[in-house]
Formats: sequence, C-alpha cells, structure tokens
Amino acid sequence: MADRPDEPNGKPAAGNGDGKPPEEQADINKLLRASSGLPEGKLEAVEPRRAGVVTKVRDPAVALAERARAEFEGYKDPQQTQLWKSIFRVSHDRSDPRNRSLAVLSNVFLHLHPAKINRDAVRYNFTWGMGGITFYLFIVLTFTGVLLMYYYHPVKVQAFKDILYLEHDVPFGKLLRNMHRWAAHLMVITTWLHMFRVVLTGSYKRPREFNWCVGVVLLVLTLLLSFTGYLLPDDQLGFWAVTVGTNMARATPLLGHEGPFGPQLGMTPFNDVRFGLLGGSIVDANALLRSYIWHCIGIPLVASIFMAVHFWRIRKDGGISGPAPVMLDSEMKPLRK
Amino acid sequence: MAMAIPRPRGASRKWVWLIVAVVVVGALALMVQDWHQLWKISSTPDNIPIVAMIPLVVFFTWLGFKQSRANDELIERLEADPQAAKTAHRKTLPWRPGWARELHVWPYLVRIEFMAALIVTIVLFVWSITLNAPLEEPANPNLTMNPSKAPWYFLGLQEMLVYFDPWIAGVVMPSLLIIGLMVFPYVDSNPLGNGYYSWRQRRFATGMFMWGFYMWIILIIIGTFIRGPGWIWFWPGQTWDHNAVVFDRNRDLHEIIAGWGLTKLNVYPWKAIFGGIVVGSFYLVGGLFFHWLMKRAQMSRETFRSWANFKRWATVPGELEMKILQRTSILQYLTFQFFAISILLAFPVKLLLRLLFTIKYVWVTPWFNI
Ligand code: HEM
Repeated sequence: MADRPDEPNGKPAAGNGDGKPPEEQADINKLLRASSGLPEGKLEAVEPRRAGVVTKVRDPAVALAERARAEFEGYKDPQQTQLWKSIFRVSHDRSDPRNRSLAVLSNVFLHLHPAKINRDAVRYNFTWGMGGITFYLFIVLTFTGVLLMYYYHPVKVQAFKDILYLEHDVPFGKLLRNMHRWAAHLMVITTWLHMFRVVLTGSYKRPREFNWCVGVVLLVLTLLLSFTGYLLPDDQLGFWAVTVGTNMARATPLLGHEGPFGPQLGMTPFNDVRFGLLGGSIVDANALLRSYIWHCIGIPLVASIFMAVHFWRIRKDGGISGPAPVMLDSEMKPLRK
Repeated sequence: MAMAIPRPRGASRKWVWLIVAVVVVGALALMVQDWHQLWKISSTPDNIPIVAMIPLVVFFTWLGFKQSRANDELIERLEADPQAAKTAHRKTLPWRPGWARELHVWPYLVRIEFMAALIVTIVLFVWSITLNAPLEEPANPNLTMNPSKAPWYFLGLQEMLVYFDPWIAGVVMPSLLIIGLMVFPYVDSNPLGNGYYSWRQRRFATGMFMWGFYMWIILIIIGTFIRGPGWIWFWPGQTWDHNAVVFDRNRDLHEIIAGWGLTKLNVYPWKAIFGGIVVGSFYLVGGLFFHWLMKRAQMSRETFRSWANFKRWATVPGELEMKILQRTSILQYLTFQFFAISILLAFPVKLLLRLLFTIKYVWVTPWFNI
C-alpha cells in the first residue's frame, strides 16, 4: 500500500490513476483505504483491530472485490495503462496539436519527419511519392533478402541447387524469390522516375545541390546492387551477364590489361582491376563469393549510410522543395553576386 | 454544316490525333512479320519491367507537363499584372485566407505513406504470384548464351559497346555520365523554377536532362527489342535468325576520305592528326550548336507562321535566356559544354555515323581509337 501515497497537493498519483479528475482519484483512495482496513488519513500498517472471525474474513474480501472492480475500470481504457504509456509516451489525443507533433518527434522511425509540413507538400502529384516508394522497396528488398540468405550458400556447387530448393521445396520460397527479383527491378524504375521528378520541379537547385549528388551515388549503388545480385543464382543468365559486364573492366584505361596504357603500366589478366573485382581471371567461385558479400553486406551498408544522409539533408535543406510559390521571370537578378 | 454546333477546337484536334495514332499503329502492326518473336521478347519475365517502364515514363512526363502548363499560365498571368503578383497566392493550388499553412505529419503524411506502402506491397504480391523470376541452366563457361544480354537497365551500356571501344563505352562514358549528373545542379545558374513544375522558365535545363534520359531509355529499348543473336539488328517483329551473319563493311573515316584521293591519310602520323582535327572540329561545332540552342526563345505557333518569324526566332536571342546566360560563370559554361558535347551530342552522332554510314572510328591512333 505504501507505493500509492497521496500526494500533498492533491494531484493524482503516478500509475493507472493518471489523468483522472481529482474527485475520482479521491474515491479510489477511499476504496483502497477501506480494503486495507486502515483508519482515515493513514496508510501505514497499524495494529490489527479485534473483531469476529466472519467480519475479519468478509470485510477485506468485499473490499478486495471492490478494489478489483475499481482497478478493472482503469484497464478498460488500455491507453491509460502503465504498459501502454511506457511504450507510447504521447497520448493519442486528436484534439491536441502538441500531441500530434510529439507523436512524430518521440518515434524513432517517424522522427526523420518534421512535426509539421507545408500543407501542399502532401500532394502526391508533386513528389509522386517516388522517393518514398524507392525507400520502401529498399526495405522490402532487405527483408526478403535476409530471408533468402537463410537458404543460400555462396558456394559454386551449392548455389544453383539452393535456388532450385527455394523454388520447389521451401514454403513460399518461389514467392520470396520472385518478390526479391521484382522489387529490385521496380526499385531501378522508381529511382529513375524519382530523379526525373526532382529535375522537373527544379528541386536540385540551391540549397539542394549536394543532396542531388548524394542521390546520384544512391542511383549508382542501386544499379550495382542489382548487378551483383544477378550472378548469385549461378545460372547461365547471371554468368554471362557478369562475364560481359566485367569484361569491360579489362579495358579500363591505366588499370585494365586491355585498356589504353594498361600494358605499359604492367597490367596483366592476373593483376588488373577485373582480377580485383572477380577474385580471379574468370567468373568462378571467388567471383560468386565476392558478388555475394558485395550484394548482401558491402553495398547495402554503404547505401544505408547514404540514404541516412539523403534523408537528413532533406530536413536540413528545409524540407521538400515545394510546391513553392512561383517566381516571376522579372524577379530574377541579372547578375550573380 | 453551317448549322453545326461550334465545338471547342481542342476537341476536334483530339480526334485527329486519335486517327493519326490508329493509322500509325496499324501501319506498324502490318510491318510485323513475326508476332511470336515480338511476344517472346516482350513477355520474357526479365523484360517485363522495361515493357512496364515505357508507359510509366510517358505517364509521368504527361503528369509533370500538365502541372508545368498550369504553373506557366499562372506565371504569364502574374507577369502581365504586377498588382496581382503582389497579392496572389502564387500557386495553382487552392488557398483560402483562414487555412493553416502547415499540416501535422501525423496523421496527414503518415497515412499517405502507409497507403503507398500498402499499394506497392499489393502490386509486388500480384506481380510475384503471376510471374516467375527466370532461372536458366546452371552456369556453363563452355556454352555461350547468344545473345548474351545484361539485365535490361544495363542494356544501354551494352548497346554503347557497338559504337565505342570498351574502354570508352564501359569505363569513360559511365564515369562521364555519373560526373555529368553530379555537376548538373552546379552548372544550372537559373534560379527560377525551384520547387515547382515549369517548362517556360527552365526549358533548356529540363530539355537537356530529358534529352539524356530519353536517349538512355531508347538505347535500352534498342538493346532489349532490337538486338538479337550476335547482337545483330533485327527490327521488332523480325524473326531472330541464329545463323544470321552480317558482313560488316565498317570503315574508318580516314579511309573514306583517303579513298577520295588523299592517300596520305592512310599512314601515320597523318592518320592520327586527321582524326584529332575531326574530333576537335566536332567539339567546336557542338559548342556552337549548344551555344545557339541555349539562347533560343520559346517557340510558339507564330514561329511557324512565316519564314520571317522563323528567321527571327533562329537569330534573335530570347530575353529570359540571355539573362540566364549572363548569370552563368565561365566555368559553369565550359563544364556544361564539355558534358553536353561529350555525352548528349557524341552519342547520337556516333550512333548515326555507325548505323547510317557504317563508319567505325573517326580517330585512329596507335594508343586508342574513337
Ligand atoms: C535509393 C535511392 C533513393 C531514395 C531511397 C531516395 C529517397 C528520397 C526521398 C524519400 C525523398 C523525399 C521526397 C520524395 O519522396 O520525392 C527524396 C528527395 C530528394 N531526392 Fe532522393 N532518393 C533516392 C535517389 C535519388 C536520386 C537518384 C536523386 C538524384 C539524382 C535524388 C535526389 C533527391 C533530391 C534533390 C531530393 C529533394 C527533393 C525536394 O526537396 O523536392 N534522390 N529522396
């Protein structure tokens, strides 16, 4: 009982009575006192009263039932429970603007957002939601990708069999693989459309030039993610695509053994940039392993970092660029200061 | 038909467009010899995304330009009426004095994000249930795939291999593309159109980007739908002939010129010097072309009414365009010119030289060929 002391100023005590009007709280306190059989005003344990056995048993039982009922009343609104409040720091009160802001600010996933945005910025005709969809696809890819990793060995004798196993034996394995594949293709498309939108709205202009560059890096990483994933089934499609792709690296100027000035610098098939990419002079077991690690660890890690910067910069650059009020031709200063 | 109810002009023009479109599509359809081949290429699971992307790009271009037009009309109106410009809301979007400027992210944005995620998830599920990811035979280095194609989004690069040596197509061009994209915001000195759709105010910058964007997509379409076994050009609807051999009559530019009597061009160093001059002139002419292009005012129907109008358009620079050019620093200008000529112009020029005139190299040196 000692954990529910009355606060001197009559404010409700912490716990499940929080938020109740003082009169109601007083009622509850009265009930609590009755159940503990203590005299008014004191909650410390005192000398037990002498009484008949019946009263001794019945009174506390009735009081306990009363108390249980009162407590149960408190649980009827789950948002008032200690458990709820420990998770959601802010009550979901529609009428209170402060709570709406706090709902965003106190949530780690939402706090990348500002609490409030320009009323026109939610128009999907403006951003087409393309950046957001691209990010969502990245999350889908991470999720399905991790699930695929449980079934896949990046080993020459096993990789192809794992794909067959996924397609025919793993529950929903085919769906999983298909989703990973199509989400990847879709992400390439949405990234391009997102970039296109940024151009059409002039959103790369000051002060967002740097974020545009971060975006370009993300575009390259997206394409590299797709490319490294292509080899992993270890089938003819991936093998030849990667062979064609990495053969170009032979011709890298200076760093490739068939590129301009490459041989003069001592480049051979066994030490040039292609060798470094493949871990060998042909697409084989080492290339599979390297592809796998780039695909599952290296590039996603780097991409996540760049995405974090991308989103951070959107905030720091003043949020989404528009829809901004139009500027008139005549308002442009002729010379740059 | 003097009694006919006057119809808005736009409506009848729509009909004309529809008929033209039907005729064109019909004519194209008649030229298809092998529907099965066309279907086989388009329905390959890995090609579905590019098949889907074409209408998506068309749709979003339309969506962007629809908004540009609305904004451009607003700008024109405000430009003509300085008093209105001071008081107007300056957006095409509705606005009432009492409205709050800002909205709470929770729930107004979060619920949109949630719906978008839901829709994307449903699309992915449907797509993944109906269409299986491809899986070929196990990798076999001894059995070459023909044609051996990269995934569709890299076919632009692979197609470039036809026109340039691997070190240019595979290394230099992609690097230039990436760096070119990165410098894009830094060479655009036009402060107008920041945060709203507009064509009128940023025709050159938007146009240059779209030139590159569409060129890239066209290269992908060529690589996907037109290149068959042996990377040979098969028109869409033509049967892929796995035994087809094309006898490349490709010559180098200097050989053609030498054939006209300048036999010296067949030997070094003249060969290399000649190529250098050709490439140098290309940059010069290209630079003049872009310089001319960036100063052009917007075309209108008036431009094509008379030859005099057209001549005026082609020779008298636009006012807005000159203001933007004045704001451009020399470094910005030169950087733009370099990337524009090396990517936006070099690409189609080399493509046409190769496809129409079967010219392989324009510059042959002992170290590299372009
Ligand atoms: C993995 C790829 C990418 C992701 C996940 C991503 C995500 C986003 C998101 C969520 C936004 C908020 C607005 C919107 O949804 O449109 C945004 C804005 C932006 N993005 Fe990206 N983006 C990616 C790639 C790119 C690329 C390729 C570029 C350009 C080359 C780019 C440039 C920008 C710029 C400049 C903004 C600010 C736009 C504005 O203020 O209106 N991003 N990005």
